[in-house]
Amino acid sequence: MSSTSEAALPPTPAKEKKTKRFFGLKRRYLAIPYALFLVLFVVIPLLLIVGYAFSETNVVNGVKVTSFSFAAAASFFTSASKWSVLFVSLFTGVQTTIICLLLAYPAAYFLAEKKFNANKILVILFIMPMWINFVIRTGATRDLLNWMGLSGSTHPWGATLIGMVYNYLPFTILPLYTTMLKLDHSQVEAAADLGANPWHVFWRNVIPQTLPGIVSACEMVFMPVMSSYVISDTLSESKITLFGNYIYLDFSNSLWNEGSFMALLMLVIIGITMLLTRNIEKDPTGSRGGGLW
Amino acid sequence: MVNKASLWKRILAQCYIWILLLLMYLPVLVLIIYSFSTASLGQPIEFTWENYANLFKSREIQIAVGNTLILALVTAVLATIIGTLGAIGVYESRPWIKKTLEFTTQVPVVNPEIVIALSLIVMFVFLGGIFGGVKLSFWTLLAGHLVLTVPFVYLSVKPKLMQLDPALYEAALDLGCTPRQALWKVTFPEILPGILSGFLMAVTLSLDDFIVTAFTRGPGLLSGTSSIQTISTYVEGIIKRHPLPTDLRALTTFIFLAVVILVGSFMAYQNIKARNGKRRKGRKY
Repeated sequence: MSSTSEAALPPTPAKEKKTKRFFGLKRRYLAIPYALFLVLFVVIPLLLIVGYAFSETNVVNGVKVTSFSFAAAASFFTSASKWSVLFVSLFTGVQTTIICLLLAYPAAYFLAEKKFNANKILVILFIMPMWINFVIRTGATRDLLNWMGLSGSTHPWGATLIGMVYNYLPFTILPLYTTMLKLDHSQVEAAADLGANPWHVFWRNVIPQTLPGIVSACEMVFMPVMSSYVISDTLSESKITLFGNYIYLDFSNSLWNEGSFMALLMLVIIGITMLLTRNIEKDPTGSRGGGLW
Repeated sequence: MVNKASLWKRILAQCYIWILLLLMYLPVLVLIIYSFSTASLGQPIEFTWENYANLFKSREIQIAVGNTLILALVTAVLATIIGTLGAIGVYESRPWIKKTLEFTTQVPVVNPEIVIALSLIVMFVFLGGIFGGVKLSFWTLLAGHLVLTVPFVYLSVKPKLMQLDPALYEAALDLGCTPRQALWKVTFPEILPGILSGFLMAVTLSLDDFIVTAFTRGPGLLSGTSSIQTISTYVEGIIKRHPLPTDLRALTTFIFLAVVILVGSFMAYQNIKARNGKRRKGRKY
């Protein structure tokens, strides 16, 4: 009796184990199309960009010969106009980021107060412009500024900055708002009770508590501004050339090697900022409006 | 008396928020007001429906709107499928595969659009050199939009998977589900909110895109044999030299109304759901 029951029992767990592993493999297989997609459309294109950045193509005896070269890098580092584009882009990026932060910080603070914004309608109102086509919005901003006498031909800087802030403000408010919701008010009160003046409370307590939001807001604004094309092109009436515009120009003039090098440079700058800020815990879905829904 | 200071603070806060909102909406509002006039901005308004009539007559605008909507829907559906399956698959993968794929997913998220667009073009030309002629078409455009959107679907599904109790799936299998049934009946409903928000993100990103569209588009869709025009490329082509044409003011009104209606109904739905949820909870405990 006992031998038969023993003989009957063992297959069950073995079978279960086998099927479970089989299922585990099956679910894992679902990643294959995704991995192929990433390799084909993300990894290979970027490798090609790196390849173009460090090569040049010459026509020798009527045959195209591609060889390894630092020509694109050299042409970037020796060109004063490209350096100035880099600095103008950095400057515009920093300026826009600071203005956006200054405007968005108090707004996010008020919005995160429950009494003030019970059903989130105000937050939605701040985000809603993002769903109106941004090229139309940029055109509308330019026409309005023209009407007010702030046209790109007379005030290219002012017009571009206003357009940038107008477009990126929602992206600044959102991550700030998300971290402000988690703000520990008892800590703030404790600081005040223990004798810190309002300025100290703000500087030593509120700012450190909301630092992750500030960092992701900066990332959301700074790089996109540097690489933006439509806004600077439209609002400054092509008077201000940012990094994005320049890469665009290089490629439309078939200067692929130079364009690729600048694109690569941009990626390096992004990589550096990511490395510098990776220790600050961020809300991964807070970027690009992910915390919306 | 005591509350006077806090009352002032609240009034100040209200003023700040509303002034900021007013400034943000000003260009669009001005455009909508002037959609009832053919005068240029700043000129006196003479009420007319002419812009709206022109909008319904303009074949070009209709094609652009149609293309934009078709592209956004196809992109969003495909991106949702690839991204969701990818998230489930990656979640179950071996640690090193998981790490590699997660890192690669971050790349298009932080990559500037212009670099995405150019790297794709370079690849299409490169592939064309090897296999002979990859022509720009609807498919290359679709690929560009998928690169923009798929990572965001992935990122919105992933947290839902992390919240999911793995025992549920196992239990379903033990109770006799096939893996496909378990995935469809247990995992899928649990991660549905993440899938939906990923879908909406994909629609939003695709609708608004200019740079990737401008580079990767070819002939196709409603544009027939000429290059595909979306709202973004169509408008950009015009505003480079001219002010926004008057019939686009009418289009802006419609877009604005559509956004208000969609967002409004979404919020109403959320409120009803939240209220029902509360009621159910109350009954249960």
